[in-house]
Amino acid sequence: MTPDLQLLLCLLAPFVGAVVCLAVGPRPRVTAGIAILAVAVSLAAALGLVAATADGEVFAVHAGGWSAPFGIVLVADTFSALMLAVCQLVTLAALVTGAAVLPAHWHRRHFFPLVLTLSTATCGAFLTGDLFNLYVWFEVLLLSSFALMAIMRGREARAGAWRYVLLNLVSSLLFLAAAGLIYGKTGTLNFADLHLRFAGADDAFLVKSSTALLFGSFAIKSALLPFAFWLPSSYPQLPPAVSALFAGLLTKIGLYAMFRVFGMVFGTDTFPHRDLLELLAVLTMLGGVLGAVAQGGMRRILSFHIISQVGYMALALALYTPLALAAGIFYLVHHIVVKANLFLVAGLVERRAGSSELDQTRGLLRAAPWLALLFAIPALSLAGIPPLSGFFAKFALLRSSLETGDTLATTAIVGVGLLTVFSMLKIWRAAFWGEAPEAGPAKPAAPPAIASSLALGVVTVIIGFAAGPLFGLAETAAEGLREPTAYIDAVLGTGNAPEPANTAAK
Amino acid sequence: MPVLLAITIGLLATAGLYRLLGPSRIDALVGLILLGQAANLVLFASGGLRHNAPALIEKGMAVPTDPLPQALVLTAIVIGFGIIAFLLTLVLRSSDK
Repeated sequence: MTPDLQLLLCLLAPFVGAVVCLAVGPRPRVTAGIAILAVAVSLAAALGLVAATADGEVFAVHAGGWSAPFGIVLVADTFSALMLAVCQLVTLAALVTGAAVLPAHWHRRHFFPLVLTLSTATCGAFLTGDLFNLYVWFEVLLLSSFALMAIMRGREARAGAWRYVLLNLVSSLLFLAAAGLIYGKTGTLNFADLHLRFAGADDAFLVKSSTALLFGSFAIKSALLPFAFWLPSSYPQLPPAVSALFAGLLTKIGLYAMFRVFGMVFGTDTFPHRDLLELLAVLTMLGGVLGAVAQGGMRRILSFHIISQVGYMALALALYTPLALAAGIFYLVHHIVVKANLFLVAGLVERRAGSSELDQTRGLLRAAPWLALLFAIPALSLAGIPPLSGFFAKFALLRSSLETGDTLATTAIVGVGLLTVFSMLKIWRAAFWGEAPEAGPAKPAAPPAIASSLALGVVTVIIGFAAGPLFGLAETAAEGLREPTAYIDAVLGTGNAPEPANTAAK
Repeated sequence: MPVLLAITIGLLATAGLYRLLGPSRIDALVGLILLGQAANLVLFASGGLRHNAPALIEKGMAVPTDPLPQALVLTAIVIGFGIIAFLLTLVLRSSDK
């Protein structure tokens, strides 16, 4: 199968799956089967794309045969292929767990079709090469996640969902206005074309207003600190299978957009908010981890950790050396797997102990040693203990901050790392140590949930032991962002930078 | 015309933001709708404003209007409509109990 077809298959498989699921109606087993199959097909196609783009090659599909920059292009480069593969992996794990453990009213309210549209939008956001199209995929993504959140019951859950919906809609409107301004100033929305126009432009009028709007929009979506308060009020309310999905995907798509737009479209010299981004990133790392230290429930601790980790990845973008960017991409890949897995394990803990509040659980190490192992792998990886994946991500980031001589970044990386270890130990000490509880399991363990959590754990270990090849991929991806010649050639045709007169004549 | 449009966008955004910070959910909803209209107008104005100019022309005819922003605005309006419908349902359902 050619890479072009794989690219389309990646996007279309979950969409077709969603339509079929809706047509079949509320039959949980059948729809679960269809959904898992669709995401598995998409995952296979994404892995094919990773292999095809591993040497930095870029594939572009011009939708409807319209040549760029007039039509919409779907582009797969190393970065987007990597992100696609991890995200589909996590979606698959969350689907398998969700099919096994979610209460019946979730299945009745179209859980599977909604996850599939969410997955379609994820693929679309990673593959699109057009700013307005990115906005549309964000909206599809948001609406799917809103509908999933609206399935929740209870007053507090609804309040959390409302906060999430409101802030994310404001972020979308900022994005829309930014797209309008950029089109008004440049006459194009195509990433490759925009890169050519912004290259070397130090025109404050051209760049600053639009990037400020985009910055606000992406900062809300990826939960950088002053804009992050929707996250800890909504994620802990969701059932762990769903919050694993959200934790793995949503903020990371905001970060992807940041890497793509600020890292590639605006490029090295023209992105004017790097200092601000660094400051916010450090603030986010610190604030997130301090929030986590102060919490007493597993889900809430993990939610605050998402914020803290988002700071690490934003810091990688702010440093913007080749090593830092590669570290950021490696971090994204590692973090999506690990974070989703931690939420899945929190779900397993809840099934075993009846609650994931730290003052109501203890002694799980004696009662369920396998559960302790499942928790230990992602937790140690998140904390950055070698030889697990998090160590290499943090090590590369630390090294790049030392190379640039940025003491603020270095201090933040080391200090926040220590606090992360501390809050993971807090969960470990409260929930896993101590005398084994008298009571047996609150609910019987669900083998598919354990299997998907185990699978993600194995992937974490593999990333740790195969860090070399994967970091190579991340370096290729980072190179593709910093020097997007291959990207531009694939989108606009070889050596074919369009003349300004060309666009005026459309 | 551009000045009028700029002032309208500013007023819509201001009013939208004010209502967004209001106490009730309906307030926030109205605020979002107003902000959405402001964003739509920004998008609409991005192609430049021309009076009575056709979007599709024959070769050699006068300066055309840029049709792309209009297509974009249509997309944004449709999405915005869907989202408002969803938000209204959410408000109704959360005021049930």
